[in-house]
Amino acid sequence: MAEHVLLRHRDIPDINQLDVYQKDGGFEMFKKAVTAMKPEEVTDIVKASGLRGRGGAGFPTGVKWTFMDNKNWPHYVVANADESEPGTFKDREIMESNPFQFLEGVAISSYAVGANAAYVYCRGEFWQVAHYLDEKIAEMETAGLLGDKLFGSDYSLRIYTHLGAGAYICGEETALLESLEGKRGQPRLRPPFPPSFGLYGKPTVVNNVETLTNVPKIIENGSDWYKSMGTEDTAGVKIFSLSGCVNKPGNYELPFGTTFRELIYEHGGGIANGNKIKAIMAAGASSAMIVATDEALDTPMDYASVRTLKADLGSASVIVIDDSFSIDWVLNKTIHFFKHESCGKCTPCREGNYWMSHIIERIHHGEGSSFDVELLTKVAYQIQNKCLCALGEFSLQAVVSGIERFPQDFEAKVNL
Amino acid sequence: MNKLEEKYADEIQKILAKYPPEEKRSAVMMLLYMAQREGGYVSNHDINDIAEIVEITPTEVATLIGFYTLYHDKPAGKIRIQVCNDLPCALRGADKFLGELCDALKIQPGETTPDGLVTIEPVMCLAACDKAPMFQVQSSEGLEYHENMTVESTQTLIESWKEKN
Ligand SMILES: Cc1cc2nc3c(=O)[nH]c(=O)nc-3n(C[C@H](O)[C@H](O)[C@H](O)COP(=O)(O)O)c2cc1C
Ligand code: SF4
Ligand code: FES
Repeated sequence: MAEHVLLRHRDIPDINQLDVYQKDGGFEMFKKAVTAMKPEEVTDIVKASGLRGRGGAGFPTGVKWTFMDNKNWPHYVVANADESEPGTFKDREIMESNPFQFLEGVAISSYAVGANAAYVYCRGEFWQVAHYLDEKIAEMETAGLLGDKLFGSDYSLRIYTHLGAGAYICGEETALLESLEGKRGQPRLRPPFPPSFGLYGKPTVVNNVETLTNVPKIIENGSDWYKSMGTEDTAGVKIFSLSGCVNKPGNYELPFGTTFRELIYEHGGGIANGNKIKAIMAAGASSAMIVATDEALDTPMDYASVRTLKADLGSASVIVIDDSFSIDWVLNKTIHFFKHESCGKCTPCREGNYWMSHIIERIHHGEGSSFDVELLTKVAYQIQNKCLCALGEFSLQAVVSGIERFPQDFEAKVNL
Repeated sequence: MNKLEEKYADEIQKILAKYPPEEKRSAVMMLLYMAQREGGYVSNHDINDIAEIVEITPTEVATLIGFYTLYHDKPAGKIRIQVCNDLPCALRGADKFLGELCDALKIQPGETTPDGLVTIEPVMCLAACDKAPMFQVQSSEGLEYHENMTVESTQTLIESWKEKN
């Protein structure tokens, strides 16, 4: 097994200690960037590496950084540590176990876009994580790695944590910024996008924790090294959060292009309790349901290949469902989630999920008819393309694909 | 100085220092946690005090309590056990765990034990799906995760709180 790029605490014990991290070359890249590189040079390397955002949308990271409006100052960097997609638990492991590599990533990206202040937006439930990061940030300040005029240069940087308070929608970057401003976390109308109008109306880069944690290693080893891993479509490594009906759920850092089969059977130890695999959701609760055929299992996990299965890889939170579960039960769970998490700003999302939750309850409890199943699909399509943010779109993925791809589960449930 | 300011002067200053002076409003999130620490919920009095500190209206503060699930406007048990029964955890027995835990405590989800110590609430994914059954505990001491739990280990935990209280 190759050494980890992100989950390096699995190779180097105590890497969460500043001296251990520094002995391994930690913060050398931040120092090098600040003292020997122009901000654009840093951005160019990240751009050339092919690094794409790990928060779900897969947008090229270096390209996003070039969108920052240089006529409007100050600039901000915000790390998205909201991690609330059901099935996703990778950012938490990074922050708890390899915090300095993440914070160095925040620091280098801040330098690249000229930000002197960065915020780490943690979901409220990460109360312990945020306090832990506060300690690590304080250690960095004491060691002269954060503060004014770093390494004898003119560059100054401070990093702050900020806690949300329980709302999935705050993972959406503009809702996150609203929440960081002390408001209800409801998405903003876009454009303008955060690189021109972000935190406090200032140019802001929002990047996922895992995205940023890649950055120090990319600067250290170069873009060709990073591109040598993964596939042509999606460069590099990814932390796959594997959950559900497998023997060994957990985070697995693997190159993009690893097949579902390898993840689930080699790393995840196969299906638990002697059951058979039935369905896969590759992007958490926001996923379309993939029928777990041999062809699907042999599909490489990168953004383009997963699309051929009419699904998305998203944040690569792979939920495995075995044949002891019925898909109407799964939909009852996902719809309940989205109904609870809809921020209420758009009627199709708010009312649609509310309505869908009534219909699926009926079906799930054996009180529905085949008309209800049709109605459920219709309501789901009513939500499509009518919403301000992607949550609305996410909410219908499992519904329409589940009904279409697992019709037998619904036929078994309804009275004609 | 209002009551909150008198009580938590240093802490309030530390929170405000994280944000630009003209963007005080950002501090409201941490101030709400601070205010509800002692009683487990944010009172109307706290709402007014917070509004004054960050210079927004009390209504604006109050809507945040309704929007975010970790703020509470009503007292409940001293300790809230928030069990995740979202899809990935439910695939690993979280619903069964929640039901059996409630049975053991003789309450329904959402209810509080007669001694006022424990409230059980189902919640959405807590980013610990590989360690189900799991829950977080919200109390005056903040939030704490408990993973790979059983009804027995949870009862032992509750006993230890009883001794402390
Ligand atoms: C409903 C919704 C929830 C999201 N939740 C998260 C999240 O928890 N963490 C995250 O990094 N991105 C999340 N995103 C994506 C962000 O909006 C944004 O694209 C991302 O933070 C950008 O960083 P990246 O380019 O590094 O991925 C979410 C998006 C939507 C629409
Ligand atoms: S789609 Fe849903 S979550 Fe997104 S802004 Fe509209 S109501 Fe809010
Ligand atoms: S589903 Fe329970 S922690 Fe993720």
